[in-house]
Amino acid sequence: MSEPALAVRDLTVAYGPVPVVRNLSLEIAAGEVVGLIGPNGAGKTTTLLAIMGDVSARGGDVRLAGRSLRGQGADAIVRSGVALVPEGRHVFGDMTVAENLKLGLVGRRSEDGLEGDLEWVHSLFPIVREFGERQAGALSGGQQQQLAIARALLAQPEVLLLDEPSLGLAPTVVDIVFEALQAIRERGVTILLVEQRAQRTIAFADRTYVMRDGAVRMTLTPDDADATETIREAYFGS
Amino acid sequence: MTALQWIIDGVALGAVYALVAVGMALVFGVMRLINFAHGELITAGAYTLALTSSWPLVGSIAACIAVSVAMAVATERIAFRPLRGASPATALVATFAVAFALEAVWLVAFGPEGRTADLLSDLNRPAIGGELDVRWVTIIQLVLGGALLAGLALMLNRTSIGLQMRAAAADPRAARLLGIRTNRVIALAFVLAGVLAAVVALLLTAQTPLVTPTLGLQVAILGLVGVVVGGIDRLPSATAGGFAIGFLTAVLGNALSADMRVFLPSFTFALVIIVLLVRPAGMFAPLRGQAVERV
Repeated sequence: MSEPALAVRDLTVAYGPVPVVRNLSLEIAAGEVVGLIGPNGAGKTTTLLAIMGDVSARGGDVRLAGRSLRGQGADAIVRSGVALVPEGRHVFGDMTVAENLKLGLVGRRSEDGLEGDLEWVHSLFPIVREFGERQAGALSGGQQQQLAIARALLAQPEVLLLDEPSLGLAPTVVDIVFEALQAIRERGVTILLVEQRAQRTIAFADRTYVMRDGAVRMTLTPDDADATETIREAYFGS
Repeated sequence: MTALQWIIDGVALGAVYALVAVGMALVFGVMRLINFAHGELITAGAYTLALTSSWPLVGSIAACIAVSVAMAVATERIAFRPLRGASPATALVATFAVAFALEAVWLVAFGPEGRTADLLSDLNRPAIGGELDVRWVTIIQLVLGGALLAGLALMLNRTSIGLQMRAAAADPRAARLLGIRTNRVIALAFVLAGVLAAVVALLLTAQTPLVTPTLGLQVAILGLVGVVVGGIDRLPSATAGGFAIGFLTAVLGNALSADMRVFLPSFTFALVIIVLLVRPAGMFAPLRGQAVERV
């Protein structure tokens, strides 16, 4: 069997004495979409930041296609092929949309295929082309989210991590985001999606892990999307 | 005629202090560190000019830039990088420590009476005839100051590394997560600060050739005040603040009678206090929510 695109093994992260993620393990095969849901404070964002090397793990390992990322900084990890769309989007409001996109290129390993990628990103999110010269801070929340995803894609990631991309968005914009995620999946990018929209995520992802108190408590498949009782139990414990 | 003279002197000194301010603000932007030791880079450059005054002009200027830049990079690597992540107060105290330690080094090495860096003193000749006192050094301060600021703005707005610097200043974590190499961006900020400090050393010694151990410290204090008064968060406002403090110092220096000139700093800082009382975020900081509050 080939190595998983992304494997997290026994990851433990603590802020001070308080462990936020405890012995977390998960695997994502290449091209797979995996959801990660759970109540606030479950450790989802911390897990993503630990994968990116932005918070240091107390124990465990993160492997990208078999290679350990342990001890590497975020800049090196982005260049290895992992990109994160952070919670709250974090676009640079004082810069133009085009400048924000240009920053996405910093983490790219090579210029190869750049034009094709730009075209693809523009077709996924027409607003980033249309509003290229606008200040990113002047965009609506939904438009900023599209910009944040577009920016991450320009780093040419093999694995794309998204932290609550639908947070605070109007339902029509959530549709746009999930349609884009489907297109990204079809392009073969491996996706780890942290979300609060549990049902939608379970239906969309190949597998969804439910995380509570820093550990995975349950694994759900798209068939469980309507099993609200099961989801509730996984969220809050029985 | 006097008013015009004051304005010319003010704009020239303003240009010099704008360079001091932008050097400090660049480092603050990417590191959130108020580098009090910035002035010592200026002193180091000025002493280099004094010690190499027998060299050909170009060599002396090159040495001045090289020493200031090397010192900027060295202080970052030795003193400030290990303290990254420490509290801002700790880092600030470290910059004080570096500043005063270096000042002591200058004192021991070169003595308290000062050295003369007069290789550019020819520039003190009048550039135009008539009543106005416009010297070549004034013109060079204006032109060089303007050109450097414009070049820096171009670099920050048009180049990839400039864009990365702005990103790291605006949102360090988001910048890191995009793959921006923090160490490289910070090192570049210090290199630029070193170059700017060297140019300030050149301009100041061209005007007044005496180099004393406290030269840079005095400049740094005033420059820092300018940065804070202007608004430390943004390069343009910090630069404008530096310009304003330089302008004010020159104009007050002209306006005060000879026996009152000793109180120049008191007048300057009194005005600074008033500005900060009215605009705590900085004189040139963008207005936030003010329009709403006024309704």
